[in-house]
Amino acid sequence: MTEQFDNQNASLEAETTPVQEEIVPVADEAVMEDALDADAVMAARDLDRVRKTQRVMKIISTALIYVFLIFVAIVIIFPFYWMLISSVKSLEEYRLSVPTLFPKRILLSNYVEAFNTANLGRLFLNTMYVGIVSTIASLVITVLSAFAFARLEFKGRDALFGVLLATMMIPGELFTITNYQTVFYFGWMNTFTVLIVPFLVSVFYIYLLKQNFMQIPNELYLAAKVDGTTDLKYLWKVMIPLSFPTLISITILKMMGAWNSYVWPNLVTSSDEYRLITNGLRNAFVESTGDVNIPIQMAAVAMVSAPLFLVFIFLRKYIMKGVSRSGIKG
Amino acid sequence: MADYSTTQTPEAIEKKGFRRTLDDWYEKFNKFLIKIKFDKWKGWVYLAPCIILLLIFTGWPILNTLRMAFLEGYDTMLELGGEPFQFGIGNFTKVIQYRGFKDCLVNTMLLCVLTVPISTFLALLISVCLNAIGPLSRTLQTIYFLPYVTNSIAIGMVFAAMFNMVGTAFGGENELIVTAGIINNVIEFFGGTKINWINEGSSYWANIFVMVVYIVWNALPFKILILLGGLQSVNKQYYDAAKIDATPKWRVFTRITVPLLSPMIAYVVITGFIGGFKEYSSIVGIFGDDMGPTGDPRRLNTMVGFNYRFIAEEQGRASAAALILFAIIFVVTMINLYVSKKKTHF
Repeated sequence: MTEQFDNQNASLEAETTPVQEEIVPVADEAVMEDALDADAVMAARDLDRVRKTQRVMKIISTALIYVFLIFVAIVIIFPFYWMLISSVKSLEEYRLSVPTLFPKRILLSNYVEAFNTANLGRLFLNTMYVGIVSTIASLVITVLSAFAFARLEFKGRDALFGVLLATMMIPGELFTITNYQTVFYFGWMNTFTVLIVPFLVSVFYIYLLKQNFMQIPNELYLAAKVDGTTDLKYLWKVMIPLSFPTLISITILKMMGAWNSYVWPNLVTSSDEYRLITNGLRNAFVESTGDVNIPIQMAAVAMVSAPLFLVFIFLRKYIMKGVSRSGIKG
Repeated sequence: MADYSTTQTPEAIEKKGFRRTLDDWYEKFNKFLIKIKFDKWKGWVYLAPCIILLLIFTGWPILNTLRMAFLEGYDTMLELGGEPFQFGIGNFTKVIQYRGFKDCLVNTMLLCVLTVPISTFLALLISVCLNAIGPLSRTLQTIYFLPYVTNSIAIGMVFAAMFNMVGTAFGGENELIVTAGIINNVIEFFGGTKINWINEGSSYWANIFVMVVYIVWNALPFKILILLGGLQSVNKQYYDAAKIDATPKWRVFTRITVPLLSPMIAYVVITGFIGGFKEYSSIVGIFGDDMGPTGDPRRLNTMVGFNYRFIAEEQGRASAAALILFAIIFVVTMINLYVSKKKTHF
């Protein structure tokens, strides 16, 4: 009786603990042998031993998983750590043949020097300006378009939407050549317009918001119509509040895009007056000899990265949600 | 106390009159809208800004790229000067014969083929492990996402600093090394010899290795996010069934986890390839605008970088190169879709 009970217990154990599958047949064998011997004490002892190894195995495997994950976390964090500690080292300390993992003396003057060398103040303001203006304008256009696609009935709507979706397949690099000509022709070189206008419409954001709008029941819209509410008022009072999380995701991704854009500003602007932060960062410290003052460079990099981290800390949820649906960077 | 008598000033009455005319106008406007059946086509009005911008910055470029690519030796400046161009495929043949082109293609392909499988496999492993643990899982998840919220040029510079050797005449007789870089320090700590990763005289494969490390590091967050999301939505019953049958862990992974995750894996691989073929700024981040170590510029040039070099001067060749890039991405995506349709289980 006890044996049978124990046996059941053993199989229960096997069901509930995921780690020790290989052990289970052994346990069964042991139990069966002992049943033949009809030696209950022995069986109980064996089972105890088996359970103990199972527990140990589980602990070991969990520990291994943690070791692996923490190792990966260290690898991921290390560049950031290296950036931070290098940014406060003196050049002499940075160049020690045996590097220090923590600076002997924290030198904040690197930050001041980096700020001045790379003209970061000006570039920062430029980037904020371009980011804010293009985000607001882009949100207005995206909301209006998504509303039209989601709620309004007109001829050619679905066909048009299909065409828009099809353009998403084409790599943006293909547009750059003609857009370069176009903005040149418009006389937009070295202006803020050239950094903002060509990227105002993003088919992907329209698609994202349209999907969100579609989930809002149409009855609400019809009820608002009966009450004599105008479309724009309905959009402002109902649709926008209900899809706020998506709008925040779009805002963040768009701002990050401005912060990280490099190629286009590099092509169409030639002075710091209109350049964005990434251009200044890469170009201010270019020296071919390998004799760069790396601590100062790292201080600049840290300053450029800081806003992104702050945004990430406070708005992680929206960023991760937006990214998981988009898969685009910037 | 408020002085109510002021509300009766002529100014206020006039304002009321103005209001009335405004209301009249609004009513007239509404009637006009009904008359022209505004409801039938107001969608186009809402879409107008979007459509106008798309026509200028997306529609026209598509047509114009095709046009420029198929006009022999096309150049905007010459066209503005009134020079006619002949129809032909000269741009394509010139691009392919260009000696830098093959290197760009090889570099791009190599980086794709190396980074996509490595980052996908690592991301899968990390996601499965993350999914198996309880405490700390959220913290770790946040840490793993960090590389995503970075500026790929800025962090590229950090990686460059980590691999950078400071000194002169590397590998020569008068070699003088001031610092070998933290990575080399670590290698020497474990008894290895230092390697010239990215400096003058470095080998091609050392460069590629640095790029692969950086790109994988950069690509992990997105892949982990997607795969972990997929894992968390998998029905637990499959795993319970496997436990009852005492299935070994490895088999659970290959027979349950991977098949159930296959749509997400396919998605991550496809976006990885598309992103890989457009690799550019990560290389600029590490090697600077020259896209190669000192003394060998453009060694690591990619398709996109190739494209940008022609933009200011020879738009015909740039267009042809862009179309070739598009064709490659298209074909690779189609192959990926075809394979994943056969292999995915949904």
